[in-house]
Amino acid sequence: MSSGAPPLLEVHDLRVRFDVEDGVVRALDGVSFSVEAGETLALVGESGAGKTVAGLSLLGLVPPPGRIDGGRILLRGRDLVPLDERRLRRVRGAAIAMVFQDPLAALNPVLTIGDQIGEALRLHLGLSRPERRARAAALLTEVGIGGGARRLRDYPHQLSGGERQRAMIAMALSCRPALLVADEPTSALDPTVQAAVIELMQRLQRELGTGILLISHDLGAVARMADRVAVVYAGRIVEEGPAEAVFARPRHPYTWGLLDSAPRLDAPRGRRLPAIPGSPPSLRAVPAGCPFHPRCRSRRPVCEASRPELRPVGPAQRAACVLDADEAAVERRAPAAEPAR
Amino acid sequence: MRDLVKRFPVRGGLLRRELAAIRAVDGVSLDVAEGETLALVGESGSGKSTTARLVLRLLAPTSGSVRFGGEDVLAAGRGDLRRLRRSMGVVFQDPYASLDPRMTVGAIVAEPLAVHRVGGAGAAGRRARREQALDRLALVGLAPEHGDRYPHEFSGGQRQRIAIARALALEPRLVVLDEPVSALDSSIQAQVLHLLADLRERMGLSYLLIAHDLAVVRQAADRIAVMYLGRLVETAPAEALYRRPRHPYTVALLSAVPLPDPAHERSRAPTVLAGEPPNPVSPPAGCPFHPRCPRAQERCSVERPPLAPLEDGHLAACHFPHE
Repeated sequence: MSSGAPPLLEVHDLRVRFDVEDGVVRALDGVSFSVEAGETLALVGESGAGKTVAGLSLLGLVPPPGRIDGGRILLRGRDLVPLDERRLRRVRGAAIAMVFQDPLAALNPVLTIGDQIGEALRLHLGLSRPERRARAAALLTEVGIGGGARRLRDYPHQLSGGERQRAMIAMALSCRPALLVADEPTSALDPTVQAAVIELMQRLQRELGTGILLISHDLGAVARMADRVAVVYAGRIVEEGPAEAVFARPRHPYTWGLLDSAPRLDAPRGRRLPAIPGSPPSLRAVPAGCPFHPRCRSRRPVCEASRPELRPVGPAQRAACVLDADEAAVERRAPAAEPAR
Repeated sequence: MRDLVKRFPVRGGLLRRELAAIRAVDGVSLDVAEGETLALVGESGSGKSTTARLVLRLLAPTSGSVRFGGEDVLAAGRGDLRRLRRSMGVVFQDPYASLDPRMTVGAIVAEPLAVHRVGGAGAAGRRARREQALDRLALVGLAPEHGDRYPHEFSGGQRQRIAIARALALEPRLVVLDEPVSALDSSIQAQVLHLLADLRERMGLSYLLIAHDLAVVRQAADRIAVMYLGRLVETAPAEALYRRPRHPYTVALLSAVPLPDPAHERSRAPTVLAGEPPNPVSPPAGCPFHPRCPRAQERCSVERPPLAPLEDGHLAACHFPHE
């Protein structure tokens, strides 16, 4: 990382809204984060928190009636928000590529894998047909799909789930993008295949220096892949910092709620997990004050009145919570009250 | 369950002749004790969901037997089967797909009661069924007024509660839970797991839990059976399985699950298995796991290891379970 040069990706105060019949959904309500080359930032949160919209907005793919209504998305210093579709298309694939959770939905079922990888190579690199074939075959081998050139003639349905995810990664990486947006890339895969796909993304990142924006609710996958973590709740980042610090010393009650309620392989059996009460709020009706306060066991009177801003709570760690370090430690250890039944 | 086998024919060609068969479930024998949670674990295509459907007789097995409380489920006539089905409930993975969007929640929970004509005919019967449905909703933590609403008005976690209330409508003894929390948000999973544990205790239920998430299974199960390509490769009390897995596939499966602990994850190299699960139409000869197995030796490619007892109720189908 050279000082002075702009970071690979810098997102400032990004706002995305959906104007729907009965109101406005603020899917992203002022979100800022950055990704350096070779680094993995994980956006962690539950469904409906806005993390997928964050990924889509980087590629100019927010589906209507959604639109970006504020903020900047700087890719190596250049703002993508004002770009028209034609210019965005040149960025997509070449500079930023995306891998989705469900490869069957993202791959075209009537085109062969070879055609789909070749299309990206033609569009962005202008390679000739034989060049494209050779490059596509090499890519398949690179991502661990055995059979090389022969497999270029396969259609998506002829691949196994793991192979499809590998093919999508091959497509995403075909033009050597500087930034890879990976939205739940392993969530639909079996555990042993998951491990292999994570391993693949990490190897390619090491070799190509790709920056990765990982979008995931799977804390295990995040722990394995991420350098830094940003926790998203109700369209906002509530905590961020180096992965080790956030997992070891979470400062937002939502972060430690997620960590403590997740079943884990190394936890003693038979101990009751402290569940977070309630459900994530609808983005149509985000609670006033701190959006987490109705579910928070540690809430103070002030939390209902005013929304806390992100503030520094440790080296490179920030949290949007009024609790100080000692209070947070005490609150996290406090036994969870049995839920009323 | 004894020696359950389910073959699905693979047909092709002009005459739709049977070209081959997938042995989705291939000789599975298992017991679920009264009050026990047995987890059936495996990756997609392992046959765990097919096994659950065989138990419920939603599918007919090619061979083998299923006994419930001593009674032969597969030989049961229509009347007996109806009675047996009252003792079995089922909860599916996707609470969005498994609840009829046009029915009120009260009607959804009362439906099994109506099917079995609980409470008798006429208005009195309907009232009795409605009472019982509301009672079940209370059991899963929902209020009586929720009975008049429709599924779309509820969150995923609440919908799964509704599905559980419906599964419990007829006071079953066994509930088959097919991936009951995997479609739920992480902050909701623990709530539903607690509810299931409470209900098991209060109602003396037994659970057959189908799941791929080994961390969830660790939380919920007393005993665990691991399936690979339609066969059981290891069964053990939960504690023993996690402390000392004996089958190399179980070892790989456990090692593949990342812990939410970046320091730990950075310091270890997970075992990445070679290749992917083989095609169930033509499973490898010998031990079905041998092409991917780090322990495999000559013998493994010719001789299929039986599921053999090791110690304290721990069984593994491996020629080299002590390595």
